[in-house]
Amino acid sequence: MEKKRTQVDDIDRSLYDFADDEAGAERLDAGLTPGIVREISAKKDEPDWMLDFRLQALDTYLHMAAPDWGPALDGLDMDHIVTYVKPNTEQQSDWESLPDDVKNTFDRLGIPQAERAYLAGVGAQYDSELVYHNMQDTAAKQGIVYSGIEEALHDPQWEPLIRSKFMTLIPPTDHKFAALHGAVWSGGSFVYVPAGVKLDFPLQSYFRLNAKGAGQFEHTLIIVEDDADLHFIEGCSAPKYNVANLHAGAVELFVGKNARLRYSTIENWSKNMYNLNTKRARVDEGGAVEWVSGSFGSHVGYLYPMSILAGRKSTCTFTGITFAGAGQNLDTGCKVVLAAPDTSAAVETKSISKGGGISTFRSSVVATEAAHGSAASVSCQSLMLDNASRSDTIPAMDIRCKNVDIGHEATIGRISDDTVFYLMSRGVSEEEARTMVVNGFAEPVSKELPLEYAVEMNNLIKLEMEGAIG
Amino acid sequence: MADEHTINQTPETGAETLLSVQNLTVSADGKTILHDVDLAVGAGETHVIMGPNGAGKSTLGHVVMGDAAYDVEDGAVVFDGIDVTDLSPDKRSRAGLFLSFQAPVEIPGVPVSSFLRAAAAGREGVGDLKGKQFRKHVRELAGELDMDPAYLDRELGVGFSGGEKKKLEMLQLLLLRPKLAILDETDSGLDVDALGVVSRGIDAYRRTADGALVIITHNTRILEHLDVDRVHVMVRGRMVAEGDASLVARIDEHGFEQFEQAAPDAAPDERAEAAPVAAAC
Repeated sequence: MEKKRTQVDDIDRSLYDFADDEAGAERLDAGLTPGIVREISAKKDEPDWMLDFRLQALDTYLHMAAPDWGPALDGLDMDHIVTYVKPNTEQQSDWESLPDDVKNTFDRLGIPQAERAYLAGVGAQYDSELVYHNMQDTAAKQGIVYSGIEEALHDPQWEPLIRSKFMTLIPPTDHKFAALHGAVWSGGSFVYVPAGVKLDFPLQSYFRLNAKGAGQFEHTLIIVEDDADLHFIEGCSAPKYNVANLHAGAVELFVGKNARLRYSTIENWSKNMYNLNTKRARVDEGGAVEWVSGSFGSHVGYLYPMSILAGRKSTCTFTGITFAGAGQNLDTGCKVVLAAPDTSAAVETKSISKGGGISTFRSSVVATEAAHGSAASVSCQSLMLDNASRSDTIPAMDIRCKNVDIGHEATIGRISDDTVFYLMSRGVSEEEARTMVVNGFAEPVSKELPLEYAVEMNNLIKLEMEGAIG
Repeated sequence: MADEHTINQTPETGAETLLSVQNLTVSADGKTILHDVDLAVGAGETHVIMGPNGAGKSTLGHVVMGDAAYDVEDGAVVFDGIDVTDLSPDKRSRAGLFLSFQAPVEIPGVPVSSFLRAAAAGREGVGDLKGKQFRKHVRELAGELDMDPAYLDRELGVGFSGGEKKKLEMLQLLLLRPKLAILDETDSGLDVDALGVVSRGIDAYRRTADGALVIITHNTRILEHLDVDRVHVMVRGRMVAEGDASLVARIDEHGFEQFEQAAPDAAPDERAEAAPVAAAC
């Protein structure tokens, strides 16, 4: 029995939705040709093997079909996407050296403040290139490397390592947008944590796509050696335009024996964004990867971070939340491959849909023949805030080993009228009541985030809930 | 409508009328479940509403608080001189009304402390307390109710026993200090110790807030230590009797059957339908 109709207004996204003009920026022609790829490569003065890699990936891209099983990609016309936009600055290691518009952007997003308060290092990318990279001396003294990946590629000490790992977890042949990434990737961070080194404070990379109609294709490569420990945070946002923007980044994580890597993301792309991102981790014996993932923005999203548990007793946890509002079709989830004995995976996700938004949770658990004694549990809870919205759960399991323990559970619910009445009877407005319930629903995710990011996530939820009551 | 219905004094006790339910007819899902109900409660008075299961007692409490699950077909609810019939529950709460729930909800992920903070925000006396003072105040109230302060950090209602839920309702009563509190079967399902705590909570509320009480119950034990001003009896969605505290003893002795005659017979289909709806509340 619905007494109040729920209607959706445009939310106030002014916090994220501001654009700089592109004065001094350099953009290549739209579209995708070998000429464009050569031009990107030439600008970066890359090793020859990388140009060959790009051209081969482009060839793969041109011959591959787009996925036909997820949200429609009709609005994405690659002939109109500018794949490379160089910002009007070189990379700096202090914020003051950045041009005012770029600096103000990151100021408004709170990145320098966060760096001062609790981060061990920050990388900031603006369109196609990193504009800022800095790490505290204490981390550098421990032998940790945190730099732009292109910078590392020019360093003879790191080039062979990068070459041996680059796009091995996510080969360009994996899917069409991995191939695209291989052809036009630009920017992104490289992290190397030596064996036994544990970093107490997180590193953070922030990706801002300012240019209208452009794509962002950063590549993040993180290597955490045996017994080491790292928390890496990734943030992203963009102003809203009336044309499609594209994000097809790639994240490759290598977690050594008994090492631990926590990878936290708050994704808040604008609602004209196609977020076709790929993230994968390979975990060695006794190692652990912990994903914490909040997906709030984007018009269309395909995102399924994958954990390959390659070593005995390696583990992964995935804690994620997806919020699909009006005009959003977010297809998110995760993949786990149990590829060694006694591995374990725990997946707990929440999805919220509102205002006609579509949220689809897709999971894949594969237990290989080597997975004896392994266990995986997948749980997905969905909350639908109105009748116009949609929520689906699509679990897939491929089990090739007998003594494994694989479980899946999914629930779909609504905010009950009784709950809203109870809260309102205590003097809380209807909007505040619903926001409180949704924040509570998201709490298992926000409690995994550092306090400042948990606050940001709660604010994003509040923004999404504003104007929801008609 | 307010002017037409407002009564300045309750006819029986002479106290200034705080709550005035006037000719209230209410339906749910198209079925009439309250028929022409009147109730007048003066400031600081204690009233008791009794009646068999399914009589509509809880429904009345919910309607006074503004539960959107019910449709007011006719009549009005006037509180503190304002016609609140069309006000949302949060505005009624802010005007000084309170309803203690028979079955308080569980909200995963919402800590009791943040919920209390939101409920108290903007209210005189507690709304402007700083975080630390507020927590101290809440802990003191919890102490009065023998409530383990550890509950304040737990998720609202999740994993609470029936007794703990009722204590949390009493805690909110003491925190919000409403002008009038409706306690809906607050005593049901409690053991003797928990019942003692609830009684102490009621005493503390009377003492500190000098508020009025409407106690909905079908059990007379909670009333033993209370100074009851008026007793109302409901049967099948109607008020069928009203009297002073001596009515409690009469009900104790003879039950509700004596009043069944007083309720005009509902149409057979209505009787069959009305009971389960009201019982669900």
